[in-house]
Amino acid sequence: MSQTAIISGVHNTKVGEVPGSTCMSLHTEAALGALEDAGLKLSDIDGVICAYALSENYPMLSSAFCEYVGAEPNFNAGLHGGGATGAMMVMQAAALVKSGTCRHVLCVTGDNRLTGMTRDKAVAALTEFGHPQFEQPYGISIPAAYALVAQRYLHETGATLEHLAALSVSHRAHAAMHPDAHMTKPITMDDVANARVISSPLRLLDCCLISDGGAALVVSAGDTRADLKKRPVTVLGAGQGHTHEHIVAAPSLIDFGCRTASARAFAAAGVKTDDIDVAEIYDSFTITLLIELESIGFFEKGTAGEAALNGELTHGGRLPCNTHGGLLSFGHSGAAGGMFHVVEAVRQLRGEADTRQVADAELAFVHGDGGILSAHCSLILGRA
Amino acid sequence: MTGKPTPTPNADTSPFWEACNEDRLIVQTCRSCGHVQFYPRALCVKCESRDLNWRDAKPEGTVHSCTVVHRAPTPAFKEDAPYVLALIDLDDGFRMMMNVINCPPESVAIGMPVRIVFEDREGQKLPQAEPSANA
Repeated sequence: MSQTAIISGVHNTKVGEVPGSTCMSLHTEAALGALEDAGLKLSDIDGVICAYALSENYPMLSSAFCEYVGAEPNFNAGLHGGGATGAMMVMQAAALVKSGTCRHVLCVTGDNRLTGMTRDKAVAALTEFGHPQFEQPYGISIPAAYALVAQRYLHETGATLEHLAALSVSHRAHAAMHPDAHMTKPITMDDVANARVISSPLRLLDCCLISDGGAALVVSAGDTRADLKKRPVTVLGAGQGHTHEHIVAAPSLIDFGCRTASARAFAAAGVKTDDIDVAEIYDSFTITLLIELESIGFFEKGTAGEAALNGELTHGGRLPCNTHGGLLSFGHSGAAGGMFHVVEAVRQLRGEADTRQVADAELAFVHGDGGILSAHCSLILGRA
Repeated sequence: MTGKPTPTPNADTSPFWEACNEDRLIVQTCRSCGHVQFYPRALCVKCESRDLNWRDAKPEGTVHSCTVVHRAPTPAFKEDAPYVLALIDLDDGFRMMMNVINCPPESVAIGMPVRIVFEDREGQKLPQAEPSANA
């Protein structure tokens, strides 16, 4: 029988303002937490994948992390897929254990973007965003790029700002049920509508947070499950889709690589959208999630917003989504942002999500996207 | 000195930027399959041919999407906010990012016809859009 890939341990640090944290302290805390959750030691790890950080300069962050914790794995690599990185790490690690290259792969992310960025570093990071010749001279920003997507989406589908706002409100309510979340104060539809405009039609509460935080997980070979502390979660399918990096070069403003990525993941797992019990889908902006829900096939084009308004995306609804509060309210710490979605999916499948628990969750869908809906990776995870 | 970014032309793009300095919009086309592509590259992304050519493009288009940026990304753009960032579909079949200028930001809408004008930025001219109605 061929080897399966399982997620054997997960952990997230406290998210939000974490005074005194550094990129490396968040990596270490997240990694040790995931190992403890799995019942493994650092010496069991033979593969390490890290991402990147803005708050500290590590040209080879994964090597720096291994050096710091004293790990000498037989596979070590950095992965840069923006918000898709977390899901991509799982896909890559799954391939490593399935091929027999590794037994236990530690995937680690973390950044203290809230307290660790000097003004100069923050401005420099913003200045670098966009195509240097064909976007930057026009004053592009990340919210403005997503606003271009939002404006076109609203124009073509007739969706409303209320639809976007419903997502902000439900995400905040979910975050209030998570002990580690960044923003837990309830918000109303009026709060969203009255927040200041960042780039029309997107207002402040349509945008993700900037947080300190870290998250890590261990992907293990399926035949190690007897050595593990907890019931593992199986990686049933994974897929990627890539169409562009810069929004000026995107083939469409309302349909993206999430369609291909999810189709590949569903095909690999042999399941359909209707089979999914809980979904953790990238939500850098409210519009990101709305478009992905439709491109992935959970809802018909132009109907996800109405579903959000009707409570279909929360507990008891058709597709409980971002049960931890997502990037909008749980928090966003660089590559860890997308990893939080994976961690939450695993907890849901293990039945460890306390008051956030989706009853009888057996099959979870996770999706990350990086850039401006540019790089996509989908995962189907199941109770082992 | 505005502090705003200016393009640094490279081997792929210098003909484009030189034409801008002569108030001309040109576009890269594939001699092999006829594909019109923006931004300029070393190969045709449709047929992989490296036999590429330049031709004059009609300096007119339509707003495909637009946003009014209230929060400028860097100090250099602060003075301009609120300003319009737009994706413009040129009549010749390619898409560019530009600001829509010389009009109230709230008057810009999807589907609005625009024409291309050139803004001088520290010695390099940049294509920009203004409402066709301004002409």
